[in-house]
Amino acid sequence: MARRKKPTLAVWKFASCDGCQLSLLNLEEELLSLADAVRIVYFAEATSVALKGPYDVSLVDGSITTPEDVERIREVRRASRRLVSIGACATAGGIQALRNFRDVKEFLSIVYARPEYIDTLATSTAIADNVPVDFELRGCPINKRQLLEVLSAYLLGRKPNVSAHSVCVECKLRGNVCVMVTGTPCLGPVTHAGCGALCPTYLRGCYGCFGPMETPNTASLARAFRAAGYSEVEVLRAFRNFNANAPAFREESQRHEE
Amino acid sequence: MKSRTRTLEVDYLTRVEGEASLSVRLEGERVTDVRLSIFEPPRFFEALLRGRSYLEAPDITSRICGICPVAYLMSACRAMEDALGVQVEPSLHALRRLLYCGEWIESHCLHAFLLHAPDFLGYPDALSMAKQHGEWVQRGLRMKKAGNAIVSLMGGRSIHPINVRVGGFYRAPARAELESLLPELRWSRDATAESLEWMSRFSFPELSRDYEFVSLRQSDDRYPMMGERVVSSGGLDIAVREWDAHFEEEQVPYSTALQARRVGAGAYLCGPLARFNLNFDRLEPEVQVLARKAGLSVPCLNPFRALLVRLVEVLQAFTDAIRLIESYVPPTVAHVDSPARAGTGHGATEAPRGLLYHRYTLDEEGGITDARIVPPTSQNQRSMEDDLRVLAPELASRKHAEATHLAEWTIRNHDPCISCSAHFLTLKLERV
Repeated sequence: MARRKKPTLAVWKFASCDGCQLSLLNLEEELLSLADAVRIVYFAEATSVALKGPYDVSLVDGSITTPEDVERIREVRRASRRLVSIGACATAGGIQALRNFRDVKEFLSIVYARPEYIDTLATSTAIADNVPVDFELRGCPINKRQLLEVLSAYLLGRKPNVSAHSVCVECKLRGNVCVMVTGTPCLGPVTHAGCGALCPTYLRGCYGCFGPMETPNTASLARAFRAAGYSEVEVLRAFRNFNANAPAFREESQRHEE
Repeated sequence: MKSRTRTLEVDYLTRVEGEASLSVRLEGERVTDVRLSIFEPPRFFEALLRGRSYLEAPDITSRICGICPVAYLMSACRAMEDALGVQVEPSLHALRRLLYCGEWIESHCLHAFLLHAPDFLGYPDALSMAKQHGEWVQRGLRMKKAGNAIVSLMGGRSIHPINVRVGGFYRAPARAELESLLPELRWSRDATAESLEWMSRFSFPELSRDYEFVSLRQSDDRYPMMGERVVSSGGLDIAVREWDAHFEEEQVPYSTALQARRVGAGAYLCGPLARFNLNFDRLEPEVQVLARKAGLSVPCLNPFRALLVRLVEVLQAFTDAIRLIESYVPPTVAHVDSPARAGTGHGATEAPRGLLYHRYTLDEEGGITDARIVPPTSQNQRSMEDDLRVLAPELASRKHAEATHLAEWTIRNHDPCISCSAHFLTLKLERV
């Protein structure tokens, strides 16, 4: 009987901090077995091997911020059977999407003395805003256990089992005392699960790094923040950070612009 | 004889963090042009920080780099505390150092075992290296995991920890939690010593460089992580707040990273080699002994040996972490109050790759009106290019593929972090 060919995995980077693809290398105990189960054929951060597609699964880290990257993501899409975008940059534009709310020319001149050398777009956008995506894995950074689940799912030909409920559910599961009750504003009620309710476990309000959950009631939470003493600009900042360009958070932050 | 011109080009440097290319143009045995171009898209952190609160700077700037987020958290906190006139108590400072040890360990082990060692042993990556040297790769991964365990316990998670804030932490760990780390840290310290001995038997290409080394120097006799003074092998000795008068950054047309230099002196080098050469006396005595046994002496001028120096620093970090846990006294508060006020603050700490400087100006409400961030890779970029100029005869004597590999390896010696530097590097090696 012919041996089944190992599926191929490619990892791509666009504008990001590299943290989400680093999650793959942070699977210290599973990394070598993963390398047995798939052929890693493109992963510049980890290997000098670079094979041409088509790829069975492509993981895409980072957002689209330059004209070349608009073209490059199309090529990656064409060469990939399944495309999974990983992390807040790839699924919502990342922290660099703060430029979407300002004038990028002003940004350029603050950082670079010779802005004319730099080629950049006015916006930072999610991969799904540019090409069709098979699955979006949230988080800033992603949770490496969830990454392993998504990879296993595609290797076995099933759907990934990743919950879309709020961080609140994870807090209840951990038996945490609600930090809102003690007066700490927390984005947990509107934020997508996946971190295991880390911030409340460390006595801090959630800051929304996994982005909006399914059908979040952001307006109600914003009212609760105001009642707890937050100013309008503080409410705006709370929704406008690592997932600023995710539609639910973007619209809520815009409601608090002067 | 007509001099032969050729170009070595690497369109996408691999086994580094981020996007860069390299181009080296050789005329005979002379390098006429070297360009380490960083095409990592710019993310404009200095600009997007304007108008944000001083309390947000640590979490926002940590997103510059997924490999060394702790460095950003620490430099930002120290700069803010400088601006606000806040002092953290010694037990909080000790916890910060412990967290930082975790990051040095995970970052250095990642680089030494997964990214750099394959160059010495002739593999494209650690996964193929593992087929012959599986035991060592597994050992390295376990050491790395021990570093990540420190960061995860102290910070909540290993990438973008959530427990750090201006003034200290959200929650200070209990003694028993930290003590649970000790068995693995002790195993890892021994494993590091064995790995150092193993790697000291690698063959190291010859290269001797007259870098000006720049690092922090701590006032408390410890190996530098969070220091008050910046020193150099060229005789510089300044307070962190004097940084701007002594260092400048300039833009080159082929890169999205700015290149730094010392005013009036030019290129310099920060990072493991600089810290080791300027602070050897601050390594624990047993670490000094093992460093000498591995063939290292001060000054170490061969950047290929940075591989060994990183392991020496890992050894120091494990030793430090064990000491800090054994002597841990929980702080009276998890963080000290840091009310807003107007002012400018400077903070510098030693990221795994080298000195990371932050400066912020705040208004009365603590809103950021100006931010400046100088990451280690933009500081080292010019010295990395100069390494290739000095290595030119060696590059010229080799076949194209070998020369290109040697050029890439030369860059990897410095563990460039391109995500950090953009406002940062690509290698093309040109031969005419």
